[in-house]
Amino acid sequence: MSTDTKSGPGISGDDTLEDAHKSNDRVRRIFFACATITVVTTVAIFLVLFDNAASYFFGARLSEVLLSGDTFSRTVSFTEFFTGTRWAPDHSTPAHGVLPIVWGTLAITIGAGLVSIPIGTATALYLSEYASTGTRNKLKPVLEVLAGIPTIVYGYFAVSFLTPVLVGGIATNVINPAGGLLDSISHLAPFVLDPAAEWMMGVRVGRYSLLAGVLVVGTMTIPMVSSISEDAMQAVPDELRNGAYALGATKYQVSIRIVLPAAVSGIFASYILALSRAIGETMAVTLAAGFNANLTANPFAEIMTMTAYLVSMARGTSAVGTVEYQSLFAVGLLLFLMTLTMNLLNDRLKQRFQEEYR
Amino acid sequence: MSSEMTDTTDETLIETGFSVETDRGREPTDAEGIVRSEDLSVYYGNERALEDVTIEIPENQVTAIIGPSGCGKSTFLRSINRMNDRIESCTVEGELTFHGKNVYDDDVDPVALRRKIGQVFQAPNPFPKSIYDNVAYGLRIQGRADEVDLDDAVERALKGAALWDEVEDKLDESGLDLSGGQQQRLCIARAIAPDPEVILMDEPTSALDPVAASKIEDLIDELVEEYSVIIVTHNMQQAARISDKTAVFLTGGELVEFDDTARIFENPKDDRVEDYITGKFG
Ligand SMILES: Nc1ncnc2c1ncn2[C@@H]1O[C@H](COP(=O)(O)OP(=O)(O)OP(=O)(O)O)[C@@H](O)[C@H]1O
Ligand SMILES: [Mg+2]
Repeated sequence: MSTDTKSGPGISGDDTLEDAHKSNDRVRRIFFACATITVVTTVAIFLVLFDNAASYFFGARLSEVLLSGDTFSRTVSFTEFFTGTRWAPDHSTPAHGVLPIVWGTLAITIGAGLVSIPIGTATALYLSEYASTGTRNKLKPVLEVLAGIPTIVYGYFAVSFLTPVLVGGIATNVINPAGGLLDSISHLAPFVLDPAAEWMMGVRVGRYSLLAGVLVVGTMTIPMVSSISEDAMQAVPDELRNGAYALGATKYQVSIRIVLPAAVSGIFASYILALSRAIGETMAVTLAAGFNANLTANPFAEIMTMTAYLVSMARGTSAVGTVEYQSLFAVGLLLFLMTLTMNLLNDRLKQRFQEEYR
Repeated sequence: MSSEMTDTTDETLIETGFSVETDRGREPTDAEGIVRSEDLSVYYGNERALEDVTIEIPENQVTAIIGPSGCGKSTFLRSINRMNDRIESCTVEGELTFHGKNVYDDDVDPVALRRKIGQVFQAPNPFPKSIYDNVAYGLRIQGRADEVDLDDAVERALKGAALWDEVEDKLDESGLDLSGGQQQRLCIARAIAPDPEVILMDEPTSALDPVAASKIEDLIDELVEEYSVIIVTHNMQQAARISDKTAVFLTGGELVEFDDTARIFENPKDDRVEDYITGKFG
């Protein structure tokens, strides 16, 4: 197929084209390999989690059963795991009820959502519909910086400010209204730096609370909600706004009745993303909410999230192969399934609303 | 443009006399115009888009605004209902009155103004809502949904926009499922449902096929019995067919000539207008 002997209408391809096709193929394979990495990693993580979790529940890893002929024997029953209300796998009288730490995670997630969803949505509406271009250009980068702060810094913010000043203040004024705000601050001053230090040393002295956890995770997910929601609102065609304004709509009416519904799929996506982030959040929430598995709704009580448990166990000294070691993987698997559910939900919602609003 | 219109283009334009249907059964009014502007200049930043426009737009008639692209037709339209407020760089000088009241006075609420002056845009822009909700939107946001019989108001508006027969059975379906021409009539229904006094139309048929366009033209002819219509168009035949008065803007944002449509097309005073109408310019 050389160019000299070319005949016909010149659409039969030649050597140069063949080269192009070859490099095309090569590039395709490289891209495919890269795409494979993520898939393989995900599958591998899932398998390891599943394998070890099986040993938590059945006393033997799946791989051991399959490869070395070990037999299953029940260690922790599903009933105990899913309905027990005490979580202390490493205690001298161990208990394997996962509910307290699932509750911890859910309480933080829901609480954080109650903080970040309204504030984030309002911020997005302000930026997209109310702010002048100048204001928006100044505020958006600030929000993006907020999103880029490492979570350990947020944790420190919780330990040194949220807990002593805000939570302490609320606690004193709600529980003991006679005491002034200043009292509470001075009373808690020793805790400003201590909890962090104590945590590093592995001793629990600090004052942790569900409320501090909710506030810090809520704060750190605001930029996620506002930034993605704002993008969705900006994508709403201006013709729709013009149509409404020309009918004598106020800014508020346009925001609520035109922009919000038209951007709803993106806005929901931002909510789900923020909630997934809250479920998986580790560093900040551990520093703010603590390590004490408590089935309580008291906002001033210390709780433990699933991630906090993973951190404390991974940091601990339990030997490989023990039940408390395997509990890590059971909790990890459960966490994985929870975030996976959120992601699937996200996809569902997206499809649903994409059909309704084009 | 329908083929019939295209045929007449070259032969009937100017010199021989542009064919204008003069008798629309509407009396030329000498009453004071519903919308007037006095030395109106509009700027985008430092760029001037309109230059000292003085015009008096009559009530219950169709006023066409024609002129080459970029001469400020849309800008003029938007300065009537203050949609220009939405453009940050836009500033206005001079006066624009509605019923004798300067709409740029401090005590004028643009929201209230726009409830009296409806607008239909170049591209149909129905809301992603049902047909019914599209038409009811104006009355609802204006807080008048309880005062009127909403079903009745929606039906009247859709009939007024000559769309009722086509959508009667599917009021619950999305407005986006209609054809382009139907969508534009839906937008007209949406604009007339709250019963404004003036309707601004910015090239309302330019995105439509000739059949849909001529339906809208017929509609405008009926609308003008109740409303004052100001329509921007690039289509000379359309302006000649449907309007009572024609304003010609030329590049630079200058209002060059404003008179009865018949006069403008048959015997323009300004050479530049003649050139523009005959297609030698713009
Ligand atoms: N939002 C805006 N910001 C800055 N300049 C603008 C804006 N809108 C219009 N202009 C400028 O103002 C002038 C008039 O524009 P306008 O849209 O009013 O023209 P037009 O007569 O409607 O044109 P067309 O027939 O193409 O629609 C143009 O020079 C345009 O570039
Ligand atoms: Mg225009």
